Amino acid sequence: MPVVTLRAPLKDLAGGNRDLEIAGGTVGDVLRTLEAAWPKTTGWILDEHGAVRRHVNVFRNGERVDATTALTADDRLQVLPSITGGT
Amino acid sequence: MPELLVGTKKGLFVLSDEEAGSYRITARAFAGDVVEYAIRDRRTGRYFASVTSGFYGPRLMFTDDPSGEWQQASGIAFADSDDVSLERIWKVKAGQGDGQLWAGTDPAALWESRDGGETWSRNEALWKERIAGDWQPGLGGLALHSICPWPGDPMKLAVAISAAGVWITDDGGESWRTGYTGLVPEYMPEEARADTNVLCVHNMHRAAARPERLFMQFHGGVYRSDDQGESWTDIHEGLPSPFGFPLVTDPADPDSAFLIPMTGAEDRVAPGGTLAVFGTRDGGATWAPQGEGLPNDAYVTILRQAFDRDGEGDAMGLFFGATSGEVFGSTDAGRSWFTVAPRLAPVTSVRVA
Repeated sequence: MPVVTLRAPLKDLAGGNRDLEIAGGTVGDVLRTLEAAWPKTTGWILDEHGAVRRHVNVFRNGERVDATTALTADDRLQVLPSITGGT
Repeated sequence: MPELLVGTKKGLFVLSDEEAGSYRITARAFAGDVVEYAIRDRRTGRYFASVTSGFYGPRLMFTDDPSGEWQQASGIAFADSDDVSLERIWKVKAGQGDGQLWAGTDPAALWESRDGGETWSRNEALWKERIAGDWQPGLGGLALHSICPWPGDPMKLAVAISAAGVWITDDGGESWRTGYTGLVPEYMPEEARADTNVLCVHNMHRAAARPERLFMQFHGGVYRSDDQGESWTDIHEGLPSPFGFPLVTDPADPDSAFLIPMTGAEDRVAPGGTLAVFGTRDGGATWAPQGEGLPNDAYVTILRQAFDRDGEGDAMGLFFGATSGEVFGSTDAGRSWFTVAPRLAPVTSVRVA
């Protein structure tokens, strides 16, 4: 099952869990399941249209991917803020 | 002296003056995020903050203790089937019904809560007007930033949008009509002005003691309406500039309004660096500068939501914050001013709790 790694503040919104095993066939599937399990994360990573937010990066095994990217059970996802965000 | 909620580019600051005239920071929340707007609903004591993370997007948060834990409100979001995404929550305003609050966003939409601000739903009638009218954004986005309830009547409401003018309802938001008459969009070619709906309202407030009267800061004009916002009369004569964003009215005096003029759209700072609040006590027939205690050589910008009042009449408190990070206050309706906070982050909003 893919593992999703979160940092603060997302980790805090997911009950303090840094690493979560979440089933799903694509990045979007996994992140929507994350939202369902931890509703406070809703809207933080994915926008209203199911796309990864412009200033959030999702990496699969170190490679930047989008919500449509397919996953295998051994994949590791990291969700990180982009260097283009912030004020 | 009142508690102040100061939204900044670097979070929310709560300022209190436990010693008279000496404000200090008593709480800070959302460090690193932009707090676009923050209010306290005086009916319930609940605080609201519109927060935009540079990474994780916009959201509305609420709490009963600003130094404690905040919760995220739900419902202010567009559907996957909409062609837009939420960019910013501009305004939260207590309504006249029990538990009722209103919120305005970019893209321009009006949202209503009937449970004290925990859950929200979009006003579909106004949303349909947006789609039919092909509304256009101003520099700051397509923003519904001004919400003016009618004291004592939850069915009546006026809202203002940059840049889609004034919209009025008498049936609680079931239907809407425009309030365009008299507004002159000088940024449009003359031959296109009569038919345009690109009307860039910068701010609008109701005169509570005479609710059919509203004051407006426009993009190059200051206006007054005496018919619920249906039609408008330009009252900017006597001001150093017709351009600006902040506006405050005195709830006890329907002839009073206060604003902070700035040079035109290309510059947007205090004219000549002379920072001053201009007030009228005769419905806009005359304006008087009120700047004693405010700095000179102050080339600062005061944003739309960064000006508020406390109380009414000659002892009314006035408070505003600048993009320089300074917050100023007055306890005599603007005749004299003092520095509330000298070095916060750029100020996006100021509200008296």
